[in-house]
Amino acid sequence: MYPENLRYTKEHEWVLIEGDTATVGITDHAQKELGDIVYVDLPKAGASVQAGKTLGSVESVKAVSDIYSPLTGEVAEINELLSSAPEKLNEDPHGTAWLVKLKMSAPEEAGQLMHAADYQAYIGE
Amino acid sequence: MRPKTRQHLSQNEPLLFERSSPGKKAYQLPQLDVPAVDAVKALGEEHVRDEIEGFPEVSEVEAIRHFTRLSTWNYAIDHGMYPLGSCTMKYNPRINEIVARLDGLAWAHPYQPEALSQGAMSIIAALEAALTEITGMDAVTLQPAAGAHGELTGILMIRALLESRGNPRRKLLIPDSAHGTNPATASMAGYQVENLKSNGRGMVDVDALAAAVNEDVAALMITNPNTLGVFEQNITRISEILHAKGALVYMDGANMNALVGITRPGDFGMDVMHLNLHKTFSTPHGGGGPGSGPVAVKKELEPFFPGPRLKRSVDAWIWNYDLPQSIGRVRAFYGNFGVLARALAYIMAHGSDGLRRATMDAVLNAIYIRKNLDRYYDLPLDAPSMHEVVFSDEKQARRGVRTGDLAKRLIDYGFHPYTVSFPLIVKGALMIEPTETEGKIELDAFIDAMISIAHEVEEDPEMVLKAPYSTRTSRVDEVSAARKPVLRWRPQPPAGKAAD
Repeated sequence: MYPENLRYTKEHEWVLIEGDTATVGITDHAQKELGDIVYVDLPKAGASVQAGKTLGSVESVKAVSDIYSPLTGEVAEINELLSSAPEKLNEDPHGTAWLVKLKMSAPEEAGQLMHAADYQAYIGE
Repeated sequence: MRPKTRQHLSQNEPLLFERSSPGKKAYQLPQLDVPAVDAVKALGEEHVRDEIEGFPEVSEVEAIRHFTRLSTWNYAIDHGMYPLGSCTMKYNPRINEIVARLDGLAWAHPYQPEALSQGAMSIIAALEAALTEITGMDAVTLQPAAGAHGELTGILMIRALLESRGNPRRKLLIPDSAHGTNPATASMAGYQVENLKSNGRGMVDVDALAAAVNEDVAALMITNPNTLGVFEQNITRISEILHAKGALVYMDGANMNALVGITRPGDFGMDVMHLNLHKTFSTPHGGGGPGSGPVAVKKELEPFFPGPRLKRSVDAWIWNYDLPQSIGRVRAFYGNFGVLARALAYIMAHGSDGLRRATMDAVLNAIYIRKNLDRYYDLPLDAPSMHEVVFSDEKQARRGVRTGDLAKRLIDYGFHPYTVSFPLIVKGALMIEPTETEGKIELDAFIDAMISIAHEVEEDPEMVLKAPYSTRTSRVDEVSAARKPVLRWRPQPPAGKAAD
């Protein structure tokens, strides 16, 4: 269920690290808990973000929830698909519905993130 | 007799636009008794139009029936219990309406000279004095038009005070059990938000707070009792921690219905707070209110109040506009005056003993519901409940039924739903606030309905998932409504065309 090549946070974000770029999304568990997602608010490309601080928010029919940045860096790219098709976050959270790509400025932070097995144990699935 | 049956009158009703037929009128003007004037000449061509496109044309009885029928679709506090947690949907006593409709108040005009407005001004003065006493603060402004507006006013005043001391600071601390409007207020006032996680008892973690407070923190925004309906037992210690670092404490007073006449925020160290007259002081929520969000402050913040301020001259009330440190006006004129008159009527009709009694009844009612339902619904916290009780849907979720589904089923039992999925820190929250309005008969009917629904979930969860059955429409498509909202009505092609 939870891909081995991703790393995970306690706040239910996932990260894919490739070189100095980190792709960030929310986990399948997060999308299930949120329910039908109707809006995604993301930072602008070029914004700097800090590990543990708010990166954006997702709105479902139930509530608006903050997304926390797993890592520190600069936003290199945001997923434009989500502004017109927020439902993709429910359909393909670990794939096409990634949120942002970060240029990492402190790659060592990635050592704090969970592996798939640990995350799965953490959410009790 | 079944205590709740369907409403006897429940007709479908098209929009007024769809009822329109050309030439119908709901008015008759008297014969012109002055020479007719050419509107184009008098006003200029650009200000005159022949017709308003799409304006509905109906007769008087059609207009009356339209709105009367729509009114039968409502659920209101005048129908029955309205347990919407955090909203304090208490009864709006009729004496309030009688007072607000007195000719001298209903027909007062804000541009009336002060000499002719002394009665209205003394009502404002009396309400300011009453709220000052109830909150234990030093002064009150009645200008803000709603709770969140009061929050913004209060935080802008904190910013102005800190600026006058040389540094507005950067951050506001907000517990995760605060009202959802608090972070929005912080951000509107130009502050960054830092979230504080609650401890296992649903209260602010004092050690985590102490670690988070530094010279960057302008204030803590705390809701007390918080959205879990729990009183922050360390509130005095909390205010000391903030004050020691030169920061202030803002209290969201939306849950003041649990405190009035029992304890006063001014006495437990709060610097600024707002009240919701449309919650605690029984003014209407319905029909748009309007609301009213007075802000109460300690002495050091008084110079920053929005203006004008009431002032007593030798023998009259006057408006004082000479307020050099004021944050400026936040509302036209003097706030929602009709609402202020209603709130003062409520306070004076109760008196101090009556207000205290209302608070105790509100808390007693919440505890009564908690004690009667805690075998059927999961209680996520063991801390004592104040004016509202928060359950979770944990037991029912095992059968696939969530808080939103239970709420829909409650409609079939003739009650307005409780607050669903809030506060967010409780998974699948059912937030129930009965207020002091309800007597034992209505509370028992509500409790019986909730117990019956809990049994239904065990016996036939599929049935509960499809509720409500007694309403004009059942489940609406919330997802499409949010993703692809239709924001205005457009004429439909005439019926029959498609069949041709």
